[in-house]
Amino acid sequence: MLKIENLHANVADKPILKGLDLEVAAGEVHAIMGPNGAGKSTLANVLGGKPGYDVSAGSAQFMGQDLFELDPHERAAAGLFLGFQYPVEIPGVSNVQFLREALNSQRKQRGQEPLSGGEFLKLAKEKAGLLKMDMEMLKRQVNVGFSGGEKKRAEMVQMGILEPRFAVLDETDSGLDIDALRIVGEGINAIMRGADKGVLLITHYQRLLDVVKPDRVSILADGRIVQTGGPELALRLEAEGYDAVMAEVAA
Amino acid sequence: MTQIQTFPTRRDEAWRYADIPALERLGVEALDAWKEVTLEPGETRRQTMVVGSDAPELHRIRLTLGEGARAELFVSNIGRDYTRVEVEVKLARGAHFEFGGVTIGGADAVREFVTTTVHAEPEATSNQTVRSVHWGTGTGNFLGEIKVVKDAQKTDAAQDFKGLLLEAGASANAVPQLEIFADDVKCAHGATVGQLDEAARYYMAARGLPPELAQRLLVQAFIGDAFVELVDETERERLLNAALAALEEATL
Repeated sequence: MLKIENLHANVADKPILKGLDLEVAAGEVHAIMGPNGAGKSTLANVLGGKPGYDVSAGSAQFMGQDLFELDPHERAAAGLFLGFQYPVEIPGVSNVQFLREALNSQRKQRGQEPLSGGEFLKLAKEKAGLLKMDMEMLKRQVNVGFSGGEKKRAEMVQMGILEPRFAVLDETDSGLDIDALRIVGEGINAIMRGADKGVLLITHYQRLLDVVKPDRVSILADGRIVQTGGPELALRLEAEGYDAVMAEVAA
Repeated sequence: MTQIQTFPTRRDEAWRYADIPALERLGVEALDAWKEVTLEPGETRRQTMVVGSDAPELHRIRLTLGEGARAELFVSNIGRDYTRVEVEVKLARGAHFEFGGVTIGGADAVREFVTTTVHAEPEATSNQTVRSVHWGTGTGNFLGEIKVVKDAQKTDAAQDFKGLLLEAGASANAVPQLEIFADDVKCAHGATVGQLDEAARYYMAARGLPPELAQRLLVQAFIGDAFVELVDETERERLLNAALAALEEATL
C-alpha cells in the first residue's frame, strides 16, 4: 500500500531522513520504533505533507499514486490519515462541524455525495461509542480544553469517522493512562484492521503493541530503517534497549 | 445656529487612520448626518447593521442611555471603499452598552469603527469586541475612547480588539484611549494582531479540508467572537454570512 524508497528529507536545511526504505503491505500493521531524534515524527510529517519538511530525494508511492504530488488535503482524500502526536486546538470550531466539513470535503474530492446532518451525526455517534467518548465532547470546540488523553481519543474518533485506508499514527500512545491506552489500542484494531487497510504505528513503547499486535516492526535510527522483523523485535527492544539491539545490527 | 462644517484631517485623533479623500467624495454634509437615539430608563434596544458598498459610507450614531437602559449594536463592516461607523454613547447610572463589530475586506480600502463611550454616572457598564480580517492592502481600524467622569464609580468598561491579516500588505490598527476621573472603576482593553494559525491550517488539511475551506472555518471562528453577545440567532447568522461572503473575494 505504502512504498517508500530512498527517502531523504530536511527540516530547516538539516538532513533528518537519510535514505529511508520502507514498505507496508495491505492488511499490515507496521510499527516503527526508534530512539529520540531518529526521525520518526519527521517521517510522519513528510508523509502528511507538513509545510517546512522538504523532500530532497526519494519517493513514496501510496496505493499506486505518487504521494508527494498531492497536497495535504488531497492525501487525506486519497485515504491517508495522520494521527498527530500533538493534536491541534481550533478555538471556535466544534468537532461536529470540523469533522462533517472534513468528511464531506473528502467525499467531494472522491466524487461521492455529501452526508446529510442526520447521517453524519449517526456515524459520529457510532464511532464515538467505539472509543467510549461522550457525544457531548464532540459538540465542544476541536481539542480545546481536552486533556492529553482526550485529545488522543478524539484523534481515534476522527479516524473512525473519516474511515481512511491507511493510518500513520505518530505516538498515539503518549499521554495516555492504562485504561485509555487499551481503549485507543482496541479502537485502532476495530477501525484499521482489514485486508485492504494498513497502519504505520510510530511508538516508543511496547505497551500499545501489546494491544494492537503489529505484524512487522522496524527500527528507525539516524534517518534510516536499520532493522525490520516480526513482533519479537519490539519485545527485544523493550527488554534490551535500543543500544544493545542496534549494536548488534552494526556488528 | 448654523455651523460651517469642514473636513477633518488626519491630525485629528479620531480621524488618524481615515481615508480623507474618500470622505471628501462623500461630501461635507455627510458629517452632519448624526442619527440620534435616546433610550428611556430601563429600555433595551438592539440594532444590527451590515454596512459597506462600492462607495464611501459614513454612519454616525449618537446614543443616550437612561438609567438602567441597555443598548446593543452589532455591525458587519464589509465596505469595498472607505466605510466608517462612528458611535458616541452616553451612559446614565447602571446602563449598559454592548458593541460587536467586524471589519473584513481586501482591496485598498479602510473600514473603521470609532466609538466614544462616556460613563457619565456610576455603575454603568460597557463591552466592545471588534474583529478585523484583511488581505490585499485592506485596512481595519478600531478607535475606542472611554471617558469615565468624576464620581462615575463602579464603572466597568471593556474593549477587546483582534486583527487577522491574511496577507502581507494588509493592516489593522487599534487605538484604545482611556480618560478616567473616578477612582473605583474597571477599564480593560486588549489588542492583538496576528496571522492565520498555520498549525491549525495543516491539521485541517490533514483531515481533508482544502485550504480555502480551512481558511473560511478559521475566519468564521475568529469573527464569531464579535457576535457572541448577539442572542438573536437569525441576526447573528445574517451578520456572519455577510462577512463570510466578503471573504469569498479573497483569492489567496
